[in-house]
Parts: sequence; structure tokens; C-alpha cells
Amino acid sequence: MYVAVKGGEAAIQNAHRLLADRRRGDRNLPAITLEQIASQLSLAVDRVMSEGSLYDTGLAALAVKQARGDMIEAIFLLRAYRTTLPRFGYTRPVDTAAMLVERRVSATYKDLPGGQLLGPTFDYTHRLLDPELAEDAEPAAPEARSEAEEAMPRVSDILANEGLIEEDGSLPEDREPGDITREPPEFPMERDQRLQALSRGDEGFLLALGYSTQRGYGRNHPFAGEIRIGEVDVEIDVPELDFPLTLGRIRVTECQMVNQFKGSQKVPPQFTRGYGLVFGQSERKAMAMSLCDRALRANELDEDITAPAQDEEFVISHCDNVQATGFVEHLKLPHYVDFQAELGLVRQMRREYEERREGAAADTERREAAE
Amino acid sequence: MTLDSIAIEGGFQNPVFDAQTIFRAVMQAMAEPGTIHKGIALAKPPAPLTPEAAAVALALCDQDTPIWLDPALAGDEAVRAWLAFHTGAPLANTPADAHFILAADPEHLIGLENFAQGSQEYPDRSATLVLQVNDLSGGEELVLDGPGIENEARLAPRPMPRHFTRQWAQNHARFPRGIDLILVSREGLAALPRSTRITSQEA
Amino acid sequence: MNAHTDNIAQYNFAYLDEQTKRMIRRAILKAIAIPGYQVPFASREMPMPYGWGTGGVQVTASVIGTDDVLKVIDQGADDTTNAVSIRAFFQKVANVEVTTHTADATIIQTRHRIPEEPLNAGQVLVYQVPIPEPLRFLEPRETETRKMHALEEYGLMHVKLYEDIAQHGHIATTFAYPVKVEGRYVMDPSPTPKFDNPKMHMSKALQLFGAGREKRIYAVPPYTRVESLDFEDHPFEVQTFDEPCALCGGTDVYLDEVVLDDRGGRMFVCSDTDNCEARRAEGHRGHLSGEEAAT
Repeated sequence: MYVAVKGGEAAIQNAHRLLADRRRGDRNLPAITLEQIASQLSLAVDRVMSEGSLYDTGLAALAVKQARGDMIEAIFLLRAYRTTLPRFGYTRPVDTAAMLVERRVSATYKDLPGGQLLGPTFDYTHRLLDPELAEDAEPAAPEARSEAEEAMPRVSDILANEGLIEEDGSLPEDREPGDITREPPEFPMERDQRLQALSRGDEGFLLALGYSTQRGYGRNHPFAGEIRIGEVDVEIDVPELDFPLTLGRIRVTECQMVNQFKGSQKVPPQFTRGYGLVFGQSERKAMAMSLCDRALRANELDEDITAPAQDEEFVISHCDNVQATGFVEHLKLPHYVDFQAELGLVRQMRREYEERREGAAADTERREAAE
Repeated sequence: MTLDSIAIEGGFQNPVFDAQTIFRAVMQAMAEPGTIHKGIALAKPPAPLTPEAAAVALALCDQDTPIWLDPALAGDEAVRAWLAFHTGAPLANTPADAHFILAADPEHLIGLENFAQGSQEYPDRSATLVLQVNDLSGGEELVLDGPGIENEARLAPRPMPRHFTRQWAQNHARFPRGIDLILVSREGLAALPRSTRITSQEA
Repeated sequence: MNAHTDNIAQYNFAYLDEQTKRMIRRAILKAIAIPGYQVPFASREMPMPYGWGTGGVQVTASVIGTDDVLKVIDQGADDTTNAVSIRAFFQKVANVEVTTHTADATIIQTRHRIPEEPLNAGQVLVYQVPIPEPLRFLEPRETETRKMHALEEYGLMHVKLYEDIAQHGHIATTFAYPVKVEGRYVMDPSPTPKFDNPKMHMSKALQLFGAGREKRIYAVPPYTRVESLDFEDHPFEVQTFDEPCALCGGTDVYLDEVVLDDRGGRMFVCSDTDNCEARRAEGHRGHLSGEEAAT
């Protein structure tokens, strides 16, 4: 006698208990705290905030812990929480020129006002595993800047003074910046929505696409005009006040890629820009984003669209890792009803194939017999 | 009572569940054109806005949906203040910009073609009209056919916009573009989606 | 109402905030008014993964009220894990009554099947849809497929189906078989087996389709023509099975093939578990039910 599988609910509950146990790991060890995650795995937390598009280090650390270190799962957790939050208002655009800079490098100038500032970077570390770190050696205290800080104009502003680079993009007077989390996207997209999608997009996907432009699939001659990491004020306009109110500071990474441009029918030769801005410290993501942004401006700049990175519908529709992981992983849900339909079809087509073959063989026999 | 206190009173008693009740009535009415759905007078707006029309507005309108009011409603400051407070919906600059139209005087309504019809690519970008009628069964009988109707359905709302049958035939001919109608009276509400055909009208 | 709201203090009723519900409700009304047309909507990130029913869940959450009775099926069964999970979600966030009986439900959320028992007037069938665009596998670009729908230009689909006939002698699409709604829009019925397509035609129930990741909602009102695409010389046909359900003896139902051993032993049982149980309760027996038929 056959009994259909029952008890899905109990199975799910048991799976969740086992998951919680595995998440906890060895119970002889102290559980990791959110403070430890936020302070010692801060780049993981930054990525979760950036692609989760919610700036909250505590919640992002919780998501990392709950996800057992699975980044996309953590991003998903933060996104699902974000979607339930009420909107009280929209901030003013952040002013990255006024950033409290911790790192700032430009590849286009040897020196420039404000100087090059390496900051906390992996660059120039020799990637040798460090046995001392395994033993919790305390690092030396960092060197603090002593002299008064010099103003650090953005490289794009320096180039703009000479008129050699296109201006900051601006929206038409009557257009509010879009929000792809509140309106269904429509193609072709405006650049504001595209940048939002890229900023939330998967680091690995954008990295690979940006890389592909460097290897000739939609090459756009990039120079890293400037990368800066630091804190910016978040300000909001309050109707009753005639000055903006500062809500706090967030850390962001900005990348301005400067791209050679030969000009077109409409536009004189000049440098154009690709732009990247993400929460926290994530240079790789900001750089990849700016390469993709520039590539996706092909249409606007009258360039031929020949490569995947230039294909807006392709890039934007597939850059969201929460969507991608959901749909790829949904293949493990039961599909046996449709598989049954396909089984039936393949069996039928096999039968028809055999019949045709036998029919052909019989024909040949008959013909041979007749001869 | 001051205008301010009129404006903040008379909303849904139970916003979450009342909105769901009204939506389900509208959904069923839209899915089965000609059927009448009762028990929808869940709001107490200032006249000439009726409780039924107000309930539909509360259930469906918000900051994202510009409203256009016919002169009978637009001329009433209390109505405008009440809708603004309870829905947050902005008033549309022109009839064509509105997502929802509220009309207390359907007989003198401007032609249906003045409202957003949607485009061939996006026919959903069209207006939904909420018409306050005196009743749904005492007017000239409309015989209805189309999706949601098994054989035929009948509805006799009054008063209706001038030359309504002809206007509706033109609206239906624009399918998939076109406007959708929600009719409200003390009897309840009924709907005519753009997919509905009026096959005959008894003289 | 208080008993309900107390239990779910941490969420709004049915999880979604009211503004989101209004936005989805407006999309549903448009979908009903334009049968078969895919209405774009600002799909939210839900607490379950994309591809696991987020569209259906958002539609159900926007439609459901305290008086509703909810049934959730996946592959036709109430006890598949994702159906269990979605049902539990609505019990938690809407404290709603649930059932496995098709006839008792006011809302049925489904993945991949339409119940065997004909639906009744007033019932709402909510489909979870992965790829709502029937033309997507012929033309991957939304900008192009939107134009095709606008111009009612469905030649590409007919060419594809006809190529099947030329190559195989029949149409080789077995599920997600495209339909035309009320003579206008070509629509994806979601990945139900084509066996279920005829049930959509002139159904008494309202059929709502939610695609969360792809951000589309579409609908088929009750009593609406839903025709499977075919050709005069190659009319649409549904699957048939050589044997009845091994448990209830049912014929003219969709069956799952269950592998019994590694020597080719298999049996066929109803995919619609509720229908199978109801038939057995009425005394119907199949050859492997292990019980005596009622006399």
C-alpha cells in the first residue's frame, strides 16, 4: 500500500531547528556578537548594507550572523526588512565634495589639491597569510593626521574648470528622482533609476561586466579619475525650516571614472564619466559600477551597442542577486507535475520515432522482396 | 463645526478591514459587470460626496493617484479638504492627468474621451471613474455582455452621462485602451470595465 | 477584530502595508478590466525568495480578509513543503481560516495546477507565476514583447508552434501552453500542465496571476473565453493517462508518476490530493489503495 508523504510542517520545523544549531556552531565557543561582526567583519557588513540598500550596521551585522556568513542571504534578509519600513521623506542629494575623506586616490594626476590619501586599503599589502593575526596579536595604533586638512575638490570639478569633461548629469526640472523599489521599472530606463539598480546590484556580476568592457566587450577607455571613501552628511528639507536638517552621517565610497570620448554629431570631443556610489567601504563595487554606468550610456552618447555590458535590459534585469538567487534556487522546488507532462511527451516522441524507424525498415524489406 | 473638524472626521472606522471590504466589493463588481454589491457606505464625508463614493476613494486613492473632481464636488471646499486629509491624493491639473475621477453630477460630466485612456503599450495607464448615481435599477436598462458575464447582465443606473450608450460604444471600441466605470448609489456599487459591451438599451 | 490584530501586532494584517495593498489592488482592478494584459506593479521584496510565490503571496495578501478561507496548493497537493510554508505564513500574518477542501475555500493560491473540481462563483484562484510573458522565450526583450502585445502581433508564437508540428508531427509544449484570452491577449497560464488549460475557459471563478520577480499582475474574469492556441488541422489536445489513479480509481484527472523501486516499478496517483481523498471518502477505490471498496 502506498501512503502519500505527509507532515511537511513538522519537517520544516525540524529543518529550522537544525539550521539554528548549525548556525550556533560549537557550543563550547562563545557566540559571536553583533558588535564583533560590525567592527571586525565591517566590509561584509558594508556589502550587505550596500546591496541590501539599507544603511544600518547593527541590522546588517544581525543579517550576516543570521545568514551564517552567506552574503546574498544576508542581503535578502535586510531587503525583506527594508520593504516594511515606512517612508518619512527623501533626503537631499549627498555632497561628496564635502566628504570627511579617509581615503582618496586619483590615477589621473600625480598630485592634486588635497593630495593622495591611501587610507585603510588592501592595496600594496603583500597577500601573505599572517600567522600573528591567527594568534590575536594587537596591531599598532594608527598614525593620525596632524596638519589642518586641506580642501579636497573632486577631480571631476578640476577637469570641469577647464571644460574638458561633461557636466554632472541633471534631471529635467519637473522630474523627481525615480525609485525602482516603489515603481515598476520600464525600459529604456533613465540614468537615475539605472544607477539605483547598479548600486543595489550584485558585486560579482558588476565586477565581471566591468571587466568585460576592459577586455574589449564594449571598451570605454576608463581612467580612475578619483575614488574617495569617507563620511557624508545626510540632510533633509523640512517644510517649516529654511535650512536643511542634518540627520547624521553615513560612510560611502564614490568612484568617478573618466572616459575618453571622441565626440558625436551632437557632442564635441571631451571626457565623459561613469559614476559609482555605494554604502560603506567598497571600492571594487564602486569601480565596477562606474564602468557599467558608462557602458550603459552607449545609447545616450550615440555609441554602437555591441556588448553585454552595454545592453541595458540585460544588465538591469539580471544584476539583482536577490532576484537571481530566488529564481535559480526555485528550481529545487517540486516541479513533478510539469516533469510528468514532459515524461509523457518524451515517451510519446520515442514511440513515434521507433514506429517511423520500423516503418522505414519494413518498407525497405518490402522493396527488397519485390525486387 | 469648523472646516477642519469636518475634514478629519468621517473616515473608515477600521481602516485596514474597511478598505479590504470595499476593495473586494469593487473587485467582484469589476469581475462580474452588472452585479450590485451592498454594504459599502463605510465613510461619512461632507455632502455632496456620498458615503459610497467616499468609501471607494478611501480604499483606492492615495498620494500616488491624482484625482479629478467634477464641478459639483470641486466647488465644495469641505469635500476637497476631506479627500485631501483622508486620502492624501493630489488634485489633478487636468482631467487627463487624473487616475481617479469622482463625479457627483454624472449627467453633466464632460465626455469620457477627456480622461486618460492609457496607451496601446500600457493600457493600464487609464482613468477609473466613480460616478455617484441616484440608483442602479430605476433608469433605462442596459443589457451587458462581455468577460465576467455568463449570458447577459442588466443594469439600469440613473442619471448617466449624456449619450452614454454611444460614448460607451466608443470607449469599448478603444479596447484595450479606455476608461473603467464604478457606479455608486445607496443600493451599493456596480462596475462597467472597458471590456463590457452594451448590447441593447430598451427605449 | 481585536483578537486578530492582537495576534499580529508586529505586522500589519496580511503583512503588506496599506499603501502597498492599495497599489496592488489598483493593479488587480486594471488586470480584470483588461483580461490577459500584464499590468506592471511595484512588486515588494517579500520574506520568501523570488521564484517561490512572492507574486501570488502579494496578490493573496491584498485580496484576503478576515472572512476568507484559504487553501494553498503546490503541484496540486496541500502538503508539499512550499504550500505548507505559504499557508503557515498567512495563518501567522492574517490569522485566517485555512482548508484543504477546494469547495470550502474562498481563495485558493496555487503553483502549477488547477484543482480538478470545478470552481464556484465567488471563488478566487491565485496563480504563482515565474515568467508571465508568453513570448519571452521567443523574444527575450521586454521592449519588443510589449510592442507585440500592443500590435496584437502574435505571428512569432504561431511560427514556433508550427515548427513543432513540422518537426514532431504535433505541438511539443506540454505545460505553460499559451492561451488567447477573450480573443485579444496571448497569455501565459503559468506552468500548469496543458491538461488544466480547458478549466480556465469560462470558469466561474475569478483567476488572478501574480509574478513578483517580474513585477506583473494579470487576470481572467469569470466567464471569459480562454482558448489554447492551435491550428485547424492540429487541434489542441490535453494529456491522457493509460491507467486510473491507483488510490481512488479516478480517470480524467492529472496523475503523478510515483517510482516504487529501482526495477521500473511505478504507480500513478492523483496530483490533486484533496480530490483524491474526497473520492476515497465517497468509497471509490484504486487497485493499490489497500482498502476494500465501500459496498
